[in-house]
Amino acid sequence: MKPAPFIRHVPKTLDEALKILSEVAGQDGRVLAGGQSLVPIMAFRLAKPAHLVDINEVEGLDRITSDGKTLSIGACVRHAAFHKPVVDNPLGALLTFVARHIAHYPIRTRGTFCGSLAHADPSAEWCLVAATLDATMVAQSTRGERSIAAADYFQGIMSTALAEDELLTQVRLPLLAPDAKFGFNEFSRRAGDFAMSAALVTYTVQGGKIAGAHIGVGGAEPSPRRMADAEAALNGQAPGDKAFRAAAEAAASAIDPLEDHQTTGEYRRDLVRAVVRRALENSVS
Amino acid sequence: MNDKTNITLTINGRDHAIAVEPRRTLADAIREDCGQTGTHIGCEHGICGACTVIVDGEPVRSCLMFAVQAAGKTIRTVEGLAKDDKLHPMQQAFMDHHGLQCGFCTPGFLMLAVGVLEREPDISDDDLLDVLSSSLCRCTGYQGIIKAVRAAAIEMRGK
Repeated sequence: MKPAPFIRHVPKTLDEALKILSEVAGQDGRVLAGGQSLVPIMAFRLAKPAHLVDINEVEGLDRITSDGKTLSIGACVRHAAFHKPVVDNPLGALLTFVARHIAHYPIRTRGTFCGSLAHADPSAEWCLVAATLDATMVAQSTRGERSIAAADYFQGIMSTALAEDELLTQVRLPLLAPDAKFGFNEFSRRAGDFAMSAALVTYTVQGGKIAGAHIGVGGAEPSPRRMADAEAALNGQAPGDKAFRAAAEAAASAIDPLEDHQTTGEYRRDLVRAVVRRALENSVS
Repeated sequence: MNDKTNITLTINGRDHAIAVEPRRTLADAIREDCGQTGTHIGCEHGICGACTVIVDGEPVRSCLMFAVQAAGKTIRTVEGLAKDDKLHPMQQAFMDHHGLQCGFCTPGFLMLAVGVLEREPDISDDDLLDVLSSSLCRCTGYQGIIKAVRAAAIEMRGK
């Protein structure tokens, strides 16, 4: 239950961090941000990285900025930063609503938004947010900078498009329409535990009909993703029980559910139906 | 690779000059290297909350932080709550409301509750309930702990 030995690197600038990462990436080097997923894995010796690049002291990585179109979240922004809305837009309220479902308070004071994205647990709330809202991931290395769309970023259980020498320096979320509605729901057996299924929805209402629906499901497949069939079932409909149930049914049908020691695939499909319907019901209350 | 680093941990206002490997968790350093055994270690992977301490004003799991990361920061543990012979209002409330039985989880609950209430004195009852789900207690059934923290919250606000 004690982590294996490692060499710790403590860069003070981004350039220094990227340089060290490029040198140690090939020797099982890992980035250490909040450590709330990596350290438990190391305690179990499921991971025994030879090098840790601790980015907590890198200048400027803890910033949240908005240019009026997108919200940019830096690599060391903690979950707790979202306990109160960070931007005057429905996105701010959405992130605050979701944040309180992430693990527990003392985890949220350390764990980071970008770290959650880099770790890519299938049930992670921030991964669901990124997938549902079409986030852009900004990856940097000594080779340069590139942007990765959410749809290309998630590549399976704890697997992403990041190369081993790349640091996820920023995640960019598009701001929502000022009158956008959102809803979120997750199911887990214990408070703060990993979600067995979770759903996030956003949409606007134009002339009494739903438009521009985004419906994302997490915790049910190896990666979170938008459910096109469910969105199609919702768009053009009046918000209400009939449309919500149709969208939930479409999401449940489209899922290729994970099976694990907790659930059968069919039970998880039921959960997806429930969390999508509840997220939609939350969106109007 | 097993080289030790010299660091100073400041716990409850007192400096502890220690030498630790980078892999030494803050929880182990507090107990083994600094001799402050009031902080308890349960699961060692961030689930149980027994090792919760306050670092730079924020409650954290000390088993999920490396000691080298806490160098230069202000660390508070259960030993720092009472002033001379007078218990902290949170400790007194735990006694008064049956907030503990065996006491193993208590230091973690105390630092969690004190840490959150100092940051958010006007936290709602609902949010406080959510906060208290952070730690595990296998004796009390939690109701005594919830009563104690709510009572202490009122007293702490009055100050």
